Amino acid sequence: MTATVGRQAQAAARANDVWKVYGSGEAQVIALRGVSAEFERGRFTAIMGPSGSGKSTLMHCLAGLDSVTRGTVMIGDTTVTGLNDSGLTKLRRDKVGFIFQQFNLLPTLTAQENILLPLSIAGRKADPAWYDTVIDTVGLRERLGHRPAQLSGGQQQRVACARALVARPEVIFADEPTGNLDSRSGAEVLNFLRNSVREHGQTIVMVTHDPTAAAYADRVVFLADGQIVSELIEPTADTVLDTMKKLDAPVEVGN
Amino acid sequence: MLRATLKSLLARKLRLLLSGLAVVLGVMFVSGAFVLTDTLGRSFDAVFADAYAEVDVNVAAKPKVELSETEGEQVAAPVPASLVERVKAVPGAADVQGVVAADGARLIGANGKVVTSFGPPQLGENWLGESDLVKLREGREPRADDEIVVNAALAKAANVKVGDRVGVLTLAPKKEFTLVGVFGYSGGRDSVGGANEVAFTTGVAQQLMLGKPDVFSNISARAADGTTPEALRDEVSRAVGGGYDVKTGEQLADDASAGLKEGLSFFNKILLGFAAVALLVGTFLILNTFSIIVAQRTRELALMRAIGASGRQVIGSVVLEAVAVGLIASVLGLAAGIGVGALLAYLFGKLAGGLSLAGLGVPPAAVIGAFAVGLVITVVAALLPALRAARIPPIAAMQDVATPDRPLTKVTVGGAVVTTIGAVLLFLGLSGNAGGNTLATILGGVLFAFIGVALLTPVISRPVVALLGAIFSWSVPGKLGRLNSGRNPRRTAITAAALMVGIALVTGVTVILDSAKGSISALAEDTIKAELVISGSASGPRPPSFDPAVLDKTAAIPGVQLVDGEYGDMATVGGERTWVAASSNVAALERIFGAKATAGDISRLAPDQMLLSSDTAKARNLSVGSTVPVQLSRGEARTYTVSGIYESSQLTNPVVLPPQAAADFAIPQPIQGFVQLAPGTSVGAVQPQVERLLADSPEVSVADRAAFIKQQTSQLDTPLRMIQILLALAIVIAVLGIINTLALSVLERTRELGLLRAIGLRRAQTMRMITVEAVVISIFGALLGVVVGTGLGAAVVRALKDEGITDLVLPWGQMVTFLVLAAIIGVVAAVLPAIRAARINVLGAIAHD
Ligand SMILES: Nc1ncnc2c1ncn2[C@@H]1O[C@H](COP(=O)(O)OP(=O)(O)O)[C@@H](O)[C@H]1O
Ligand SMILES: [Mg+2]
Repeated sequence: MTATVGRQAQAAARANDVWKVYGSGEAQVIALRGVSAEFERGRFTAIMGPSGSGKSTLMHCLAGLDSVTRGTVMIGDTTVTGLNDSGLTKLRRDKVGFIFQQFNLLPTLTAQENILLPLSIAGRKADPAWYDTVIDTVGLRERLGHRPAQLSGGQQQRVACARALVARPEVIFADEPTGNLDSRSGAEVLNFLRNSVREHGQTIVMVTHDPTAAAYADRVVFLADGQIVSELIEPTADTVLDTMKKLDAPVEVGN
Repeated sequence: MLRATLKSLLARKLRLLLSGLAVVLGVMFVSGAFVLTDTLGRSFDAVFADAYAEVDVNVAAKPKVELSETEGEQVAAPVPASLVERVKAVPGAADVQGVVAADGARLIGANGKVVTSFGPPQLGENWLGESDLVKLREGREPRADDEIVVNAALAKAANVKVGDRVGVLTLAPKKEFTLVGVFGYSGGRDSVGGANEVAFTTGVAQQLMLGKPDVFSNISARAADGTTPEALRDEVSRAVGGGYDVKTGEQLADDASAGLKEGLSFFNKILLGFAAVALLVGTFLILNTFSIIVAQRTRELALMRAIGASGRQVIGSVVLEAVAVGLIASVLGLAAGIGVGALLAYLFGKLAGGLSLAGLGVPPAAVIGAFAVGLVITVVAALLPALRAARIPPIAAMQDVATPDRPLTKVTVGGAVVTTIGAVLLFLGLSGNAGGNTLATILGGVLFAFIGVALLTPVISRPVVALLGAIFSWSVPGKLGRLNSGRNPRRTAITAAALMVGIALVTGVTVILDSAKGSISALAEDTIKAELVISGSASGPRPPSFDPAVLDKTAAIPGVQLVDGEYGDMATVGGERTWVAASSNVAALERIFGAKATAGDISRLAPDQMLLSSDTAKARNLSVGSTVPVQLSRGEARTYTVSGIYESSQLTNPVVLPPQAAADFAIPQPIQGFVQLAPGTSVGAVQPQVERLLADSPEVSVADRAAFIKQQTSQLDTPLRMIQILLALAIVIAVLGIINTLALSVLERTRELGLLRAIGLRRAQTMRMITVEAVVISIFGALLGVVVGTGLGAAVVRALKDEGITDLVLPWGQMVTFLVLAAIIGVVAAVLPAIRAARINVLGAIAHD
């Protein structure tokens, strides 16, 4: 099944019949089996699925962190597939933002330096108005001079979010950004991500296995066994949970 | 526990290999030194056994002045020819021969230059005919007084052939001879032990090599059948009476060899000194590696504690790792040392004119030294990290290991205490208050100073690294690199300290030698009032000399005001071995060397009078009018009366004798000549005339004063280069340390590097970041080294003030070179770790646990 585009907006990221195979022979694992999907500009999309369903793999392939076995990936109008290392580096630097589950920050740099790092690496200056907006939205103004070790886990993730946002990338990929946080800090981070989409038109693709987190998104794509199996627009925690239960059922029968 | 240790050891092969390499190099030095000296020692044994193979008993006179190997060439006293008959009369003595064999027969080669020798003697002998050992290869024996034969090695070196007219310098100035034959030794050898030999007819040999007719250097005899050498020795000894040394050939070979071995053991000690430096640096390196490994294994070790391992077991596991590394490093170091020892022995043999080497020997000392040093150093260095590992609480297994920034107070206080101890020891040693242990006290002081400064380095590193790093902060990778280098002050500090040691020593030695050079040339420039100087640069133990007739002829050149020829000899003055000089023109002391009389008259000297420097007079408690017995290298002891005392300076000799005394010197020819010109005389006009006069004295040349001073002070350049080369090894080890630290840091920061790459850091930028980190560390180390080295050097220079090193000369150029070198070292050291960092797989790094 192929996820369809809800509105006729141009896609910020697109996967076209993407296959990903790890290893060979006995040890072969097919992580993605012909995934095609589009992630529209200005929307917050969640990728849901049980553990091992290929969520992270899909995200890595979309973001140019990993190569695909077959198929093509595009970010904006750039074809990611086939880029060499420096092309990929440039793509990541200029078009993509990342928020990982943990270890997002360089311990030697202050929060502010971490936030500005992608820009300074690229040799660009931050737009001061946008920088101020981001800092205020994340609510970190008092903590800018702190080092990661002096920040709580939630604060660290917010710094990571600010870092991803400040460069205004084509798309931000977040892999379980709240996976390591308590529910309150998690909610803060998710609210912040949703606001940046609603108010500033940022595109975000978030991988999660938590229905509550997925409910913050505009759209949820369900992955099972390396394939897109379902989709929800304007999800709620309940509808996501229901869909997940339905997806789980045949797997349990299979076992 | 053992299994777990071995497994973790295998998992860390690479990092341990790097730190092990430091031990390997140190051990290599230690075992190499022993192998070299053992091999050379046995080679010398063989050479002398060979040289005296045809001698059963040897009779020689006791030397007039006994010198040790390091004091110079000892001159054997001659035995009268009449003694030969007495030995012949001894029953059981066969083949009794009067032998002339003395060092100092210098052949002038086809290129007009004297054939030089580093070490092996240049023997002038009487031709004793062919034997089992000696065979003429070409031509015939010398029959007339102007005929000589030479050994094949010398003929080759001089590029001369039978029939050539060749010049030979001996006690007498240059004389021409016809080369009538070339001889070699059994077994196709060109020489015994690389010696150059010129054989004259007996009368000529006596005159030219011993200075008088009817004397021999020694008498050799063979024991007739049925007589043992020992029995014959005792018989001969009785026959010749006291006053002579009668020895068997075996004893003679042992004595000769023992003399050389004394020199070798000195050499050995120097090599071991450098090994110690290398090992000190290696210790820092190992300490660092194990610290990092323990830090990286914190979780693992904590888990072990959590599941019941005792603190002692944790220590045991770290120490066991150290033992394994130490053992492997010792074995490799020993193997490398044997190789290096063999190579050096080979080079030495070549340099010494073809010394045929005895088989390579690996003495027990090399093996014991290798393992003791390798194991002990490694285990000692790993001990601190092991103790720290034992203090890891089990809870650390559950916590996130943000390497806690341990306070530096303890280290700093410790460093201050150790540095102070070092400074006190240095002060005691340098001020001469250390009793009989001056050298040990100074070395201990230097060692403590190094360790103390190394302990202080973490504190110093913060501001200095921040400052240094500021230079690189203009780019993002530079800034990240700078931050990384300041990240773990201890690690940065030890890595830098390792580099410090080598650079500090080189800087210190350079400061001392440059100051010595500067002081001497300043003094010489201020005092020596001679426009031209005749001298040669020594190419072996024997100083070059020239024909004394040149002095008078030079004095006759128009415009020449004063000429002085300087002679020198190691003599026994009042029972003490002392360097004595004789001046062809005593007035030169005041007029050329600016000496000031403190007592008596120093402007003239009667044949039985002597002058003393004020230091000598004071030390010996002598004054004008005192009488002093003097035994020179030749002749009988004579008593001289002190007629004047002059103020000591760097340019004056302890004792000055009248020119007549020079005839009894080991080298009865002037070794330096000073020419003072009348005001207004052109140096350029006189110099070529003197040069012409020196045509028959090819060992020396005439130079203007500036060139002479430069030539004199440049003699210090050779030891300086040698020390620099040997200390370069310590620097190489320090470079390994930087590579090691960086490689470990890169490993430790895999995830960070992945993150940086994920958010867009290019490969080249990644490499630049690592390079900046390395450069900051190495420049920091070099800076420390330059500062500490200058301090040490300046302290020594101060202490040597009374020895005439009055000017402190700081080698700014060298210091800048070291800093630039350090930057290059940093770049080089960063290459591998940087490539490794740039190659990190982004995805793998992010998933890295
Ligand atoms: N580097 C890899 N090598 C082999 N198999 C892998 C690798 N990475 C992921 N996989 C496999 O691919 C499948 C999908 O993994 P992943 O995308 O991480 O799942 P999710 O993020 O949904 O939990 C899993 O079966 C996993 O074991
Ligand atoms: Mg995942």
